[in-house]
Amino acid sequence: MTEMTESARAYAFRRGWFRFRQSSLSMLGAVLVLAILVLAVIGPWIAPYPEHIVGGVDTANRFQSPSLAHPFGTNELGQDVFSLVLAGTRISVLAGLGVVLIGTIVGTLAGALAGFFGGWADEVLMRLADLKLTVPGLILAMAVAAALGPGLMNMIIAIALSWWPGYARLVRGEVIARKEEVYVTAARAIGASPSRVLFRHVLPNIVSPIVVKMSLDMGFAILTVASLGFIGIGVRPPTPEWGTLLSVSRSYMPDFWWTAVFPGLAMFVAIFGFNLLGDGLRDVLDPRARR
Amino acid sequence: MLEIENVTKVYPGRKGMFGSSAPVTALSDVSLSIRPGESFGLVGESGSGKTTLTRCILRLEEPTSGRIRFDGQDFATLSPAALRAMRARIQIVFQDPFASLNPRMSVHDIVTEPMVIHAAALGLGPRQRTERAAELLDLVGLGPQHLHRYPHEFSGGQRQRICVARALACKPDMVLLDEPTSALDVSVQAQVLNLLGDLQTRLGLTYLFISHDLGVIRYVCDRTALIYRGKIVEQGDTQAVFDAPQSDYARTLIAAMPEVAFD
Amino acid sequence: MALLEIRNLHLAMRSFDGEAHVLNGIELAVERRQVWGLVGETGCGKSLTGLSCSRLVPTPPGRYLQGEIRFDGQDLLAMPDAQVAALRGTRIGMIFQDPTTNLNPAFRIGTQLVDVALAAARRKPEVLGGGGRQAAERLAVQMLDKVGIPNAAERMGDYPHQFSGGMRQRVLIAMALIGRPDLLIADEPTTALDVSVQAQILRLMRSMVDEFDMGVVMITHNLGVVAQSCTHVAVMYAGNIVESGPVRDVLMAPRHPYTRALMQAIPTRDTPRGGLQGLAGSVPNLITPPPGCRFAPRCALATDTCRAATPPLTGASHRVACIHAETVDA
Repeated sequence: MTEMTESARAYAFRRGWFRFRQSSLSMLGAVLVLAILVLAVIGPWIAPYPEHIVGGVDTANRFQSPSLAHPFGTNELGQDVFSLVLAGTRISVLAGLGVVLIGTIVGTLAGALAGFFGGWADEVLMRLADLKLTVPGLILAMAVAAALGPGLMNMIIAIALSWWPGYARLVRGEVIARKEEVYVTAARAIGASPSRVLFRHVLPNIVSPIVVKMSLDMGFAILTVASLGFIGIGVRPPTPEWGTLLSVSRSYMPDFWWTAVFPGLAMFVAIFGFNLLGDGLRDVLDPRARR
Repeated sequence: MLEIENVTKVYPGRKGMFGSSAPVTALSDVSLSIRPGESFGLVGESGSGKTTLTRCILRLEEPTSGRIRFDGQDFATLSPAALRAMRARIQIVFQDPFASLNPRMSVHDIVTEPMVIHAAALGLGPRQRTERAAELLDLVGLGPQHLHRYPHEFSGGQRQRICVARALACKPDMVLLDEPTSALDVSVQAQVLNLLGDLQTRLGLTYLFISHDLGVIRYVCDRTALIYRGKIVEQGDTQAVFDAPQSDYARTLIAAMPEVAFD
Repeated sequence: MALLEIRNLHLAMRSFDGEAHVLNGIELAVERRQVWGLVGETGCGKSLTGLSCSRLVPTPPGRYLQGEIRFDGQDLLAMPDAQVAALRGTRIGMIFQDPTTNLNPAFRIGTQLVDVALAAARRKPEVLGGGGRQAAERLAVQMLDKVGIPNAAERMGDYPHQFSGGMRQRVLIAMALIGRPDLLIADEPTTALDVSVQAQILRLMRSMVDEFDMGVVMITHNLGVVAQSCTHVAVMYAGNIVESGPVRDVLMAPRHPYTRALMQAIPTRDTPRGGLQGLAGSVPNLITPPPGCRFAPRCALATDTCRAATPPLTGASHRVACIHAETVDA
């Protein structure tokens, strides 16, 4: 063993960072995601026309094409598209994060119980998860969102409902594999209780694949949020949200293309960034899954 | 100390969509008696049933029939609480030191875990547990500076020492050594074997030493049993087994030993 | 001229922590009908030396700093990739440790052997005597028979999972030898096998050496295996061959302190309880190796001269890389 002047965690982190940096695409993903997260926090404050974000209109300047004053142009109400897209970042990222977090928590719990205890718990939880397969995710989310009524929180719950089975399946498989590790047998041999084995020995060792899946899912969650916005059961205007922005502007295509292209581009960049980051994280955290 | 009487373990066959498999008899009428303070060797090749036997002794699996008694008490009749207390008295060291330590736990957490689990019986507070962990590391030839490191920072030999420290945490009477040096280099194996011998004398431990390496068994064990296809085919004093093997299987094995010797 | 001659081979491997100097001037000459055991502990470079013999070390991360690997007089390191690839399977055969992962579970044993034979025959027509698929099938049965698989003709149609571990290793030996190589590299060929099966496989390999008139480099960590099956041995430590020569000379009268330490760590029938000697200290870090003899930090005999320069491998047939070898003898 080499003498080390730094802690083990710092070393492991440095090593992982080194491997991550080897791929320029992973780095690009990290930079994009970082930029998106920063914009999600400060977006509304740096927007050049903050009054437009809260619903202010400027009908004198409708459908201005992109210029220095309005880099992304203005829309049918004369609002600055750049400001709206900036402000929409926060809603989209928040919604995506909410969906992924709820899905992860519910799915991990269900998958861990199913995989660890097997038997009837496994049957019940997994058949419940299979139900999701019978209804396409978006349709299920639409139905739930329609039943709960519009609103950001309801939309997040609606999407998360169709989201957790993916995590449950992943976690169940990982738990079943980890259960056979020698260190798990070792823990059982010292007399560790099942909950101790699960929470101390099994779950900490499957964090990596979950984190990877979360990152890969973020992009898709943002897209799903936008899809619901697009078909009008998500966030309602005037709250700026990328899907809603896109939905409204589709009637003004192709003449006033900028009203649609820039929200679309923002979505593209966000999804692309999270996917690249997820791929990069997988290479570092879970090298066996590399394709 | 440990008495294994007529233990048989049969894994039921499975009936599936693509044909069925026949039941497998992993252990067949195995009887062994291990005396306090001795090193008892169990030799067998892959698939001989030695792993199943350790799992039965540790109560990770139930024998199909037969009895296992430790210190006169039959495992099968013990209450869950008594069984838990019994667990502290029989510990195990596994073959692969790279797989048998949880990579996410520090050495401190690994070594103190048995003490946490058996806290009620041992009556040690967190502080005392840490102190004892440092003592244990010292006992196995590591130092307190290793307490807050993680398994991946150690070599195979050092990891096996950590496993030994964990096994000794609850002051057991008996340790099952399941191929404890098979994954190690010879110079490291020698260190670990010497450590185990030393600990046995100092702490009065009883060992059940399982290995496929006859050279190691001959060096370490007082008495030896050979297991072949779930049956004990030979047992006796180690010296006698090696010098005058009675069964064909023992003769074949001893003849096949890769020894550094020329005639 | 030796069949295989490695001269002053230096290899570096890049890793996160830096570039490790993993082979530090390997000197080895293998003649036909010699079986060389390459022994040493984890990380000593024995496998990399073996892989270098058929240039299978990936570069990068590997980088050959200097030296030559002469096979039949030609330097493998100077050859174009295609030419080295043409040697593999026809003139240089390989066997690896785990017989389960080196056979494709989806194909019949016979199919795999025939494919290898046909591939070899494309480079070397005399393997099949100019014949085609039928000749290849005949040869495959013949080879299975030779490596001791009963009912060889019937077993051609079986899949790998229908064979036991020992039988699979026999199949792999058949596969490695079907192209009639001149040199066989066997990396821990019996480590995954039971003792009784190991003895059979070693006997088989030994018997094949004379029949095929080939040279063998066998990589192992087990000195017992070397004693049982090799004609010569090279002991490696931290990227160096520290001692080499005919197996009896080296193992009955080891001259390098490391070889001696290894021998004292193996329990024999006469070792009293507590009589084993482990080797204190640990293997050096090869990214910043100690200057001079790499064993010096763990050696009781080390002097300033040892730490100044790497001692060369000297001697006629029994060669040792230690300036204190004479002291050891005394």
